[in-house]
Amino acid sequence: MSRTTHGAMRGRSVPIGRPKLDKATMNRLLGYLKNYKFRFTLVLVFICLSAMANVAGSMFLRIVIDDYITPLLSQVSPQFGGLLRAVIVMACIYLVGIAATFLYNRTMVVISQGIQKTIRDQMFAHMQKLPIRYFDTHTHGDIMSRYTNDTDTLRQMLSMSVPQMFSSVVTIVAVFCAMLYTSVYLTVLVVIVVFFILRCMKFIAGRSGKYFLKQQESLGDVNGYIEEMIHGQKVVKVFCHEEKAEEVFRKKNDELCENATKANKYANILMPIMMNLGNLQYVLIAIVGGVLAVNGIGGLTLGAIASFLQLSKSFSAPISQVSQQVNAVVMAMAGAKRIFTLLDEEVEQDEGYVTLVNAKYTEDGTLTECEEHTGIWAWKQPKEDGEVEYTKLTGDVRFFDVDFGYTEDKIVLHNITLYAEPGQKVAFVGATGAGKTTITNLINRFYDLADGKIRYDGININKIHKSDLRRSLGIVLQDVNLFTGTVMDNIRYGKLDATDEECIAAAKLANADSFIRMLPEGYNTILSGDGSGLSQGQRQLISIARAAVADPPVMILDEATSSIDTRTEAIVQRGMDALMKGRTVFVIAHRLSTIQNADVIMVLEQGRIIERGDHDRLIEEKGRYYQLYTGAFELE
Amino acid sequence: MVGCLLKSVREYKKASFLTPFFVTCEVVLEVLIPMLMAKLIDFGIEAGDLNYILKMGGALVVCCIVSLIFGALSGKYAADASAGVAKNLRMDMYHKVQGYSFSNIDKFSAASIVTRLTTDITNIQNAYQMIIRIAVRSPIMLIFALFMAFQINSHLAPIFVIAVPILAVGLWLIASNAKVIFERVFHTYDELNNVVQENLHGIRVVKSFVREEHETQKFRKVSEVIFQDFSKAEKLLAFNAPLMQFCAYGCMLLISWLGAKLIVQSGNNPALGMTTGDLTSMFSYTMQILMSLMMFSMVFVMITISYASMERAVEILQEESDIHNPESPVYEVENGSISFENVNFRYGKRADKLCLDHINLTIPSGATVGIIGGTGSSKSTLVQLIPRLYDVTEGCVKVGGRDVREYDVEALREAVAMVLQKNVLFSGTIKDNLRWGDENATDEEMERVCRLAQADEFIQNFPDKYDTYIEQGGTNVSGGQKQRLCIARALLKKPKILILDDSTSAVDTKTDTLIRKAFKEEIPNTTKIIIAQRISSVEDADIILVMDDGKINGMGTHEELLQNNQIYREVYESQQKGGLEG
Repeated sequence: MSRTTHGAMRGRSVPIGRPKLDKATMNRLLGYLKNYKFRFTLVLVFICLSAMANVAGSMFLRIVIDDYITPLLSQVSPQFGGLLRAVIVMACIYLVGIAATFLYNRTMVVISQGIQKTIRDQMFAHMQKLPIRYFDTHTHGDIMSRYTNDTDTLRQMLSMSVPQMFSSVVTIVAVFCAMLYTSVYLTVLVVIVVFFILRCMKFIAGRSGKYFLKQQESLGDVNGYIEEMIHGQKVVKVFCHEEKAEEVFRKKNDELCENATKANKYANILMPIMMNLGNLQYVLIAIVGGVLAVNGIGGLTLGAIASFLQLSKSFSAPISQVSQQVNAVVMAMAGAKRIFTLLDEEVEQDEGYVTLVNAKYTEDGTLTECEEHTGIWAWKQPKEDGEVEYTKLTGDVRFFDVDFGYTEDKIVLHNITLYAEPGQKVAFVGATGAGKTTITNLINRFYDLADGKIRYDGININKIHKSDLRRSLGIVLQDVNLFTGTVMDNIRYGKLDATDEECIAAAKLANADSFIRMLPEGYNTILSGDGSGLSQGQRQLISIARAAVADPPVMILDEATSSIDTRTEAIVQRGMDALMKGRTVFVIAHRLSTIQNADVIMVLEQGRIIERGDHDRLIEEKGRYYQLYTGAFELE
Repeated sequence: MVGCLLKSVREYKKASFLTPFFVTCEVVLEVLIPMLMAKLIDFGIEAGDLNYILKMGGALVVCCIVSLIFGALSGKYAADASAGVAKNLRMDMYHKVQGYSFSNIDKFSAASIVTRLTTDITNIQNAYQMIIRIAVRSPIMLIFALFMAFQINSHLAPIFVIAVPILAVGLWLIASNAKVIFERVFHTYDELNNVVQENLHGIRVVKSFVREEHETQKFRKVSEVIFQDFSKAEKLLAFNAPLMQFCAYGCMLLISWLGAKLIVQSGNNPALGMTTGDLTSMFSYTMQILMSLMMFSMVFVMITISYASMERAVEILQEESDIHNPESPVYEVENGSISFENVNFRYGKRADKLCLDHINLTIPSGATVGIIGGTGSSKSTLVQLIPRLYDVTEGCVKVGGRDVREYDVEALREAVAMVLQKNVLFSGTIKDNLRWGDENATDEEMERVCRLAQADEFIQNFPDKYDTYIEQGGTNVSGGQKQRLCIARALLKKPKILILDDSTSAVDTKTDTLIRKAFKEEIPNTTKIIIAQRISSVEDADIILVMDDGKINGMGTHEELLQNNQIYREVYESQQKGGLEG
């Protein structure tokens, strides 16, 4: 089903404009701080200390000028002892400030990295428990971006924005108090100028934001075009279409350049404007302060003006910092929200209580549970009276009037009734979308039925513990997925405690041994990028070996040999037939040759079984199977 | 390497030079402000001269406004320059890729080319902007501010001569150590993303084998490494702020202490030496000097990070296509005859296995040739040599009696139409896609080729017929329909040679037969080469080749091969047993 639902998948939602800060998300994020209560309190204390030291420094200038320099100037033989003491005291305060800065930065690392790791691990562990349906309805890109972009914005926020904002706020408050203490008139002036600066900034940031959105759009357009054309580059070459492709590209590229220029222009001028307005404020204070001092208004001393100048710098810098960080925080909140949405996704439900155990027959012929692997499995079914019932796993699968739809309003399987007896090979034939894969997805409970019943060895599959049910089924899919690691690791994926010998035996069975031995490092060859160095056929052979090593009682082969040439397929088929002897197999195949020897062939059309029987009988019937067989009908 | 990238600056040279120019102007004014301020304090406030305060204050306000204008201008030109250079670079790289041969594309892989053209260019754009603005600003600021500090008081300024190296060395130590860890972290991040990506792609496998716990453990392990390394790197960075404070506070205290003494010595008389005004301006210079150093170290780290992107972009620009037009190319392909003379071929120079091993083959013009062979038998490789998608390693391939290397590449490919195994339709209407074959094709022509390729019927059934929009990758048509559209597109070229590389695998046998019949009747003079999996697709060909492991294992008609070729017989039997395929 994954093949067909991709088209209908939800696009990645991009926040447009400036979303409001989401309180619920914020609180939840803060909740992660609970584990770091002590550390975080320390951080707050240290930030305060650090900010105080900074403010004290600005005030110090006034003391130096007013309390020491001015009086000393009038002394005949100036004594610097007092000043030295003041400098030493200040040095001590500074040292405390420096130590506090260091400690809060350091502690914050532990907190922010710890929270990130917790969230990351939670997210992945939770994702493993989600039903297949979730993966059908969300693009990989969408899910991936939560691990990349969203956690990244969160990282920025936790390790930079949060401490910076907090320290800024503390500084602003402290500096403001110090300013008020120094001069009320000048403070009013500063407040007015800062208000003006903020308005200015908001205006420019708004402009810049508008063009940034446009830039993102055309960047998406250009990147999309690059992606499509480069992936089809070989076709471009075959048709000598290079110049045409370049022409279109040029147009899109020019447009991007235009929007990027505008967006960056506004962003770029923001910083110099802010800085120079800060300078202007600095100058205005000097002028106004000077005028006030000369006229003797407000009792301004020279030292007070000098230290006020210092203070005003410490005031406007954190204000612009806060407003810059607000954006980062809003973005991070949007990211956090997406992460939490994933964490809130409902996990796969499992009310199953029947488990799969190794079993053996005792001398009197009854089935009992045992530790070791015996080649016999049993379903362990606890009864209400406390007794335990063991049912031998034979691979008897029955569908009774099964209806199913991926969405409630669209039923894709209608009244499916079928019996697969132990050891039978049951084949499904039909066009793409006829529901072949869907049927197998119901057996392993990737999806739950809308109506009807499926029994496995006489047990309703809803009663079977999901992981045990799946362990009893081996699946080989058309789209092979290999994992980064050696060939051996990939085969061992089927049975984590398999020995090398077992893996090699499985590979031999799948006819994969010979080509694996020809790889540079044989079984130790490292595969990466989903086994990109291998042909599709070779990848299918490895995935068959992977299923073979798991040695499951029931096997589902979904187009398992579609990419292997017919001659090799015949050989693989022989190996698989040997493997599957005495076990139930469900086969979905494109090539009718693969399923000709099946015990039952079901022809599906639009979610219904329209013909059933073995090969000879279906040929005799001269129905749809006959048409397919003679090539009069296209499967695709 | 940088030289190679700078070639893309072109028309943005002016903006690229104006930016640092305006940055310099802005910096000069900014550095002047504290000095003028010192004067205002000494001669105005201290002396109680209201006139002087207003005069000097006015000058300072003008300074600020002019500096603001310069700053804004530098921002504007920086945006022009960086967006423009990115545009040129993107265009240059795209253009370069258009000239790539198949082996060039194979070497990089499509996905890697896409990353270089997208993410890497964005990184370079940011780095370029940073270089012409901030990387210029910081050192100039540092030098000017130092100069001014010495102007104001040469006794105090040496403090900076001590402080600057301390800060510089400290920042450098932190940055260089952190950089190493960060690079490792980014690498581990890729690994983490890879685990997630593989997990997502293989979620059905994971769930089928009940490996959720195993996967979570795998993820945890990588996640832990990231946690450790990131913490280490950030803990190092945690030294930055205190180091900066240490230097700044240290300077201020020393300046206060020594400055106070100097002021008292001079009696706060500007003519005799240090004044209170000078003291405040020294404080300002301390911040300017140290901040610029801090800024520089940040920019330095960011630029080194983008260095990898630059390298990747240059690789694209410096890659030379290995297929060139000859000096005096032939523009006319005479007919569709093909011959292979002792052709050896291997992908890449270092590959030790020959993909094609001494191939000798003659195909008369207008013949129909079938090629059969197992996976990896080099069927596709063989036919890709005909339109010179790859060059032979040894021997030669002739088309129309001439070595393919004598032709103009475009003329050759116009004459040889090829439907690739991994074929692609592009987003656009069916007509748009067909016109790839012939830009000026009329509707009638398009319908004609679609009828030949047995595509007309299903196209007519679409509500928008030939104007039906094809989604990217052709996801809204079935595999069989896609293949037929690709064949029609190739037919529009009116080629002398038509190559179908397993191009009817998803088409039912009946339609397949109709296509071949149409070829025979409608384009008898075109040489047709058909690679197929099923015998039925090739059995009526004039010549059938059986490929095995890079060699021609057998050649002849269907009957001949059934008689004397074991592989052919086995393939035939494996398919007969299952009857004709679906």
